[in-house]
Amino acid sequence: MSDDTRNQMPRNLMPLWEVFIRPRTGLAHSHVGSVHASDEVMAVQAARDVYTRRGEGVSIWVVPSASITASDPDQRDENFEPSASKAYRHPSFYDIPDDVGHM
Amino acid sequence: MAGRDDLLALLLRIGDDHLILGHRLSEWCGHAPMLEEDLALPNMALDLIGTARMCYGYAAEIEGDGRSEDDYAFLRDGTDFRHILMVERPNGDFAFTILRQFLFAAYMHPVWDGLTGSTDARLADHAGKAVKEMAYHVRHSGEWVIRLGDGTEESARRMMAALDELAPYIGEMFESDETAQRLVTAGLLADPDAVRATFDGTVSRTFAMAKLPSLDVTAGISGGRTGRHGEVLGHLLAEMQFMQRAYPGQTW
Repeated sequence: MSDDTRNQMPRNLMPLWEVFIRPRTGLAHSHVGSVHASDEVMAVQAARDVYTRRGEGVSIWVVPSASITASDPDQRDENFEPSASKAYRHPSFYDIPDDVGHM
Repeated sequence: MAGRDDLLALLLRIGDDHLILGHRLSEWCGHAPMLEEDLALPNMALDLIGTARMCYGYAAEIEGDGRSEDDYAFLRDGTDFRHILMVERPNGDFAFTILRQFLFAAYMHPVWDGLTGSTDARLADHAGKAVKEMAYHVRHSGEWVIRLGDGTEESARRMMAALDELAPYIGEMFESDETAQRLVTAGLLADPDAVRATFDGTVSRTFAMAKLPSLDVTAGISGGRTGRHGEVLGHLLAEMQFMQRAYPGQTW
């Protein structure tokens, strides 16, 4: 495909998909990146070819990037700073009995 | 009864089919129309070259004259190669490459499926891995055939042109000879009628969804199994074999 035809390709023919891979049984799917594909079937194949070449996964999810609702960067301070001053929410104020061993 | 020479012939036929097509796919590396296919095509190339390595390594053991898998790939001349002519055809556009991949995988998948029950343990063992690789090649290239054949006016035109160009090379996949017949009788190679039936089913299902005309396989261009290749093979080998020809014995 020449650069000319590529540039003329309407963007909606190859929308963006977010890719989630489950590394191995028992762990949750994690976001690993994104691919361009014409539809969900091709997106799963593209994700397989781009993100599982080194045995990274046993399961793939793809989601249209347009379906993701993100928090507003302008609201970052009001969203996330209030939790910074509440160290007591972390489970780090307990004395763990010796008998419990490593947790 | 199939003998040592028949097994060697089989290993070179399968090995050469996979190596030459693998090399053709590898030519797309860095040139594919999108990043996703720039990885998908070399992924398939590496599957194919892995099978070629198994075939050549096994052939070297059988011949036992000190040659290695590299000798088969890099130090044989064109007339010594035994692959079908389809796999050496230049890549053309993406539609041509994808349709060729689909046709080859639709043929090899039932071949490997049959080889899982081969009386040759090495072939049967490798078939267990290759049959999964081919299943993915059929699926990946087949989904593209459907989307290009039933896509835009331009993609449909290119897919039809690819089919016109590849059609004369399909019949060679199903040619038989005395070597092949002895291999089938000895249980080393799958029943060719079963392979053909599976190929026809895979192709007709996919072509129907791709709005492509049904495939009419007739006797066409052949000669690859006896070493009669096109001029294009010389150019391919000149590039693929350059390092070992220019620097004999060179290693990484």
